[in-house]
Amino acid sequence: MNAKRSDHLATGLIYTFVAIVVLILFGLIGYILVSGVPHLSWHFLTTPSKAFAAGGGIRDQLFNSLYLLILTLIISFPIALGAGIYLAEYAPDNWVTSVMRTAIEVLSSLPSVVVGLFGYLLFVIQFQMGFSILAGAIALTFFNLPLLTRNIETSLSAVPNLQREAGIALGLSSWKTTTGIILPAAVPGILTGVILSAGRVFGEAAALIYTAGQSAPVLNYGNWNAFDPNSFLNPLRPAETLAVHIWKVNAEGIVPDIDAVSNGTAAVLIIVILIFNISARMLGNRLYNKLTSSK
Amino acid sequence: MDEIKDRLLKPSKATHEDQRGKFISYLSIGLIAVLVISILVFITIHGLAMFTQNGMKISDFLFKTDWNPGKKLIGALPMIVTSFGVTLLSALIATPFAIAVALFMTEFAPKRGAKFLQVIIELLVGIPSVIYGLIGLAIVVPAVRTIYGGTGFGILAGAIVLFVMVLPTITSLTVDSLKAVPRHYRQASLALGATRWQTIYKVILRAATPGILTAVVFGMARAFGEALAVQMVIGNAAMLPQNLTSPSATLTSQLTMGIGNTIMGTLPNNALWSLALLLLIMSLVFNLVVKLIARKGRIK
Repeated sequence: MNAKRSDHLATGLIYTFVAIVVLILFGLIGYILVSGVPHLSWHFLTTPSKAFAAGGGIRDQLFNSLYLLILTLIISFPIALGAGIYLAEYAPDNWVTSVMRTAIEVLSSLPSVVVGLFGYLLFVIQFQMGFSILAGAIALTFFNLPLLTRNIETSLSAVPNLQREAGIALGLSSWKTTTGIILPAAVPGILTGVILSAGRVFGEAAALIYTAGQSAPVLNYGNWNAFDPNSFLNPLRPAETLAVHIWKVNAEGIVPDIDAVSNGTAAVLIIVILIFNISARMLGNRLYNKLTSSK
Repeated sequence: MDEIKDRLLKPSKATHEDQRGKFISYLSIGLIAVLVISILVFITIHGLAMFTQNGMKISDFLFKTDWNPGKKLIGALPMIVTSFGVTLLSALIATPFAIAVALFMTEFAPKRGAKFLQVIIELLVGIPSVIYGLIGLAIVVPAVRTIYGGTGFGILAGAIVLFVMVLPTITSLTVDSLKAVPRHYRQASLALGATRWQTIYKVILRAATPGILTAVVFGMARAFGEALAVQMVIGNAAMLPQNLTSPSATLTSQLTMGIGNTIMGTLPNNALWSLALLLLIMSLVFNLVVKLIARKGRIK
């Protein structure tokens, strides 16, 4: 076979492979939307789920997912920000830093079941919290921290050194330089990272099964007392999220309308995550243009 | 005068703020380090409990094939084999696709095509693993059943689902390593009259090999640790897989199914923690392999 023929052949092959990958993605999203959207209705979104009968909704699961997401971000963002600032601005080039970096790499490559089981061991068993939103949020923080930290670090490092020098030259302390000059310049990148990590947290289930639990007790949305067991704000109640709901419905197979419930829930999950992805992209671009006045 | 002297000699407000800020950032990174260490320690202690407290043998755990911890049978080999089976198979299927997509993005259509595929890859990463499992259950399992017979659950179905899940990981890391190949390599090869494919095959891919290997190992690490998507399509039978379409169980699937049905401190529970320890060790091994490849690649 001559060189030209094999060139054509290889090119054709690569185009075919790429086409297959594109088709897989569209097939996936298309399938979820086509099989799930017909099951969506106001009723589905606003009724509590049913354990044994058909016709259950996902009201509580939807709320739990959002509540868990907010709690997780409240806990993980400050820690990730501090760690990111350390790595980008303070970290000296020595073995301590490289151990820290390795630790973050290890944490990010740990299977999410292992992280979830650690959360189960420490919070649910050791601290006797029981299955609770708070335990779930902390487990998700473990899972979220390395990625968020790395994202913040790269966003901070991407700010040109000139800006740091300018801050120091004005007589600002290095902390003031970081918070007053570098951080605002890095906001678009950090924001994009936070939204993308929100998408990841929203869809995570393996780390939650044994921390936030698999049950959705009946909630009272009029009860604003966060210490009351049936209040929707109580962080110490068990909470099943959308992703866990899909898993549980399929694993148990008790509900008669499995397809309707799990496909409908999957469609909601995918739509929310698509919104996260698209808004991260748009918001990042717009903020970048605004803050750097490039438009 | 003394007042001014005092003020000049004492640290200013900004200094205090600086120290406080520095302290917070050190605290955060320290917290992460403590967290990682405690994960390692806790899982190790619980994972070893079966051997230290219940007096089971490590060799039985690693090489025996009967898994029924309630009856003191703790052979984890079926899960180990299945876990490695789905991991290797999925990496094997995903790698050609990942390399093709990465080549397309860097060598064929670096502008618009790359941007489009970047979006595709990011979306694939964003899809939650339960949804992959759900689609596996709805499409892959029935397809395997009609083509190969049997129940459809098993290593093949697991590997197909994992293939799509690890594809973005391998692709994006491969893209990075292809981009790192210096431009003059390409120019030199083309100047010698090589076709595009000859340049890719003889120059670019060779130069990027360590990077591509790293990408594949990262993909395998992800496949090995994935729990729910695999659990939904693997069949969950802790038996040594007879073929690619017989129901079996991975380390992760056995863990997710079992941990809620056992009581802390009992042998069945400790056996599951040993599976978790095995997962942890494998994840560290994957990390180590990546480091070794990086070191070897650098010397060359």
